[in-house]
Amino acid sequence: MFIRVAGMAGALAALVFAGPACAQGKPTDPQIAHIAYTAGQIDIEAAEQALKKSKNKEVIGFAQNMVSDHKAVNEKALALVKKLKVTPEDNDTSKSLSQQAAQKRAELGKLSGSAFDKAYVDNEVAYHKAVNSALENTLIPSATNPELKDLLSTGLKIFQGHEQHAEHVAAALK
Amino acid sequence: MRRAFAGPTFGALLLALAASSARAEVIEIKAEKLAFAPAQIAAHVGDTIVWVNADFVAHTATARNGAWDMMMPPNTKKELVLKSAGTVDYYCKFHPNMIGKITVTE
Repeated sequence: MFIRVAGMAGALAALVFAGPACAQGKPTDPQIAHIAYTAGQIDIEAAEQALKKSKNKEVIGFAQNMVSDHKAVNEKALALVKKLKVTPEDNDTSKSLSQQAAQKRAELGKLSGSAFDKAYVDNEVAYHKAVNSALENTLIPSATNPELKDLLSTGLKIFQGHEQHAEHVAAALK
Repeated sequence: MRRAFAGPTFGALLLALAASSARAEVIEIKAEKLAFAPAQIAAHVGDTIVWVNADFVAHTATARNGAWDMMMPPNTKKELVLKSAGTVDYYCKFHPNMIGKITVTE
């Protein structure tokens, strides 16, 4: 599990050094939009899995909030790319994120009860940490459109809240 | 007889209402871009706090002492009449990086 979490974080951390395949090593706005949207979508799917499997009130409450918050952010992102006439562009970072998320979902799918709850919430802490660090260090500084930068910055504050919320739930499960 | 009695009582009630509403204030706190502003408030018993959620995600204003828990869907307002003196720290359950404090005096 640790390796998987490290792998997911690694896909985002790799951005800092290499970036998706592009000349300057810096992701472009269409790539940033795709990565941010994909990262949100992954967390919605993780939460939907938790809503099916968990019976813990705290975990369910957290997962419900992940669905509504990430949906709200992604709706804003879709409206913005439409307004800016930007077509989100798939890239290696998005692909690797999706691939690792699928592995994680399969792994969590085999667990149940408190073992599932703990693994889901621990992964949420690690995942939000990785996404927040990628946003802060790579995606926000690389974004050139001010409106995209602004939405990513609001997103970062929301996701930093999620990281703390996940830490509270993790502490309550112990 | 009854009328004569009801007159002054009603008048006194109105006076009492006017006196208390003259003192009671309405204090607005905005929840915007994941922060409560102003984050610290000094108020009196009887004042009304109005939280305005200007964000596109839901927030809560949840008292750490369990006294109240206000749920605010996106772009909504919630009101709370302060009933007792004391200092209450509060936060958003969904985004615990949002914190505030209300100090209530008599």
